[in-house]
Amino acid sequence: MNVAVLNSTAATAAANAQVDPRRIVMRNVSKEYPTQHGNATIFEDVNLEIGYGERVGILGRNGAGKSTMIRLISGNELPTRGSVTRSMTVSWPLALGGGFQGSLTGIDNIRFISRIYGLDPNEKIAFVEDFSELGSYLREPVKNYSNGMRARLAFAISMVVDFECFLIDEVIAVGDQRFRDKCTEELFEKRGDRAMIIISHDPEFVRSFCQRAVVIHDRKVHHFDTTEGAYHFYHEHIA
Amino acid sequence: MKQATKELMTSLTIQRRVIYALFMREVMTRFGRHNIGFLWLFVEPMIFTLGITALWTAMKSIHGSNLPITPFALTGYSSVLLWRNMPVRTIGAIPPNLSLMFHRNVRVMDIYIARLLLEVAGATMSFILLSILFISIGMVDPPEDILKVAWGWFMLAYCGMSMALMIGTLSEQSELVDKIWHPLAYLIFPISGAGFIVEALPVEAQKYVLYIPMVHGVEYLREGYFGSRFHAIHDLSYMALVSTGMLLFGLVQMRVVAREVVPE
Repeated sequence: MNVAVLNSTAATAAANAQVDPRRIVMRNVSKEYPTQHGNATIFEDVNLEIGYGERVGILGRNGAGKSTMIRLISGNELPTRGSVTRSMTVSWPLALGGGFQGSLTGIDNIRFISRIYGLDPNEKIAFVEDFSELGSYLREPVKNYSNGMRARLAFAISMVVDFECFLIDEVIAVGDQRFRDKCTEELFEKRGDRAMIIISHDPEFVRSFCQRAVVIHDRKVHHFDTTEGAYHFYHEHIA
Repeated sequence: MKQATKELMTSLTIQRRVIYALFMREVMTRFGRHNIGFLWLFVEPMIFTLGITALWTAMKSIHGSNLPITPFALTGYSSVLLWRNMPVRTIGAIPPNLSLMFHRNVRVMDIYIARLLLEVAGATMSFILLSILFISIGMVDPPEDILKVAWGWFMLAYCGMSMALMIGTLSEQSELVDKIWHPLAYLIFPISGAGFIVEALPVEAQKYVLYIPMVHGVEYLREGYFGSRFHAIHDLSYMALVSTGMLLFGLVQMRVVAREVVPE
């Protein structure tokens, strides 16, 4: 795929984001979890704003709170203090195999999600059937799927709803090279104008697809205008 | 004002969609597509009620009067199924649905509502179908006041749902609730009004039995069904008060649960 072209469209998207009122705003967000020995603070006083069309990477060590951040943005979890407001539609966190019910078949899971979001199930089943290449396995319970099949289904289902912002948690590392290319095309080309928040351990990946990045380190969120800056900091202080 | 109405309508549409989706999901996971599938929803309670009715009829276990035994058993056991099964469905309702709460619009409340609606639907269909069956073969006379029957049934459903919400949300906080509810449900069964009429009890016992909210619903239901055959004793406003109290308690608990729940 042509990264240069992607980046230039991304740049215009970022410029548009300045005027477009659709955004996600995190204000003074802190998150704590109760543990056996008192509260563990994941991060404190996070401020983050993401406009429509912007692509932001999230970096950090394992356990730094990257996924927690995405879950706060998606509304799956509530902040201990502070607020998260969304004026665009935000996807659920696209991750490997999350978001469905194991005892239901693939088809029933598609139906469920179509119903929740008010979409026509039959049309969506056709799309997922075609994209996931799971064929008749879609009529089997999801718990019998292999990890790869589950990830393919998860990705295909995620593409069913037309969100304005996608939250992506390492999801692109799915299946073989050919399927990965297909996912990249579906997400970054066909939906290239959307906002995206991406967690990845792969520096190349974040460099090619994000305009800026934040690094979560020591309960703080550090902002960088370029992914280069973010990686520089990351290597200097963390890895 | 217009804006607020519009937002409310949007929220209602989303909630209706989510509850419908969860309802259908519940039907699929509980009954699947094998043999008679979702018909089990009401066939199972029908078998229960039929068995009990047959047993009581055979034993002529009419408790202290010349009441018609079949409608007595039918109304009694149907209402037990209505209130007793709902808490069973709300206890531990959240963990199996955690992965679905990935979708922001799926809330704890929706999961409870979907499960309770399914339970009420099953018990109601069972009650109606058995009534029609018994009436058409002449074992039971048609209800004397069908509106009273419907209202009594509604009150029992309201009471059961409130209780189920309270017990279900409590069970998310403590595992003890699950352990205690099962024996408790068995203990409440004989004093819930299913197997006796209040009039037949000693006056001293009547006083205590009438503390149990379900008793009032069953008495009212039976008054609608065959009220000319006995003297029903009930106070629906007391029943409504206790039920609403349980409902409010359950709703408060639910806010606590909803804050703590972490989707998988």
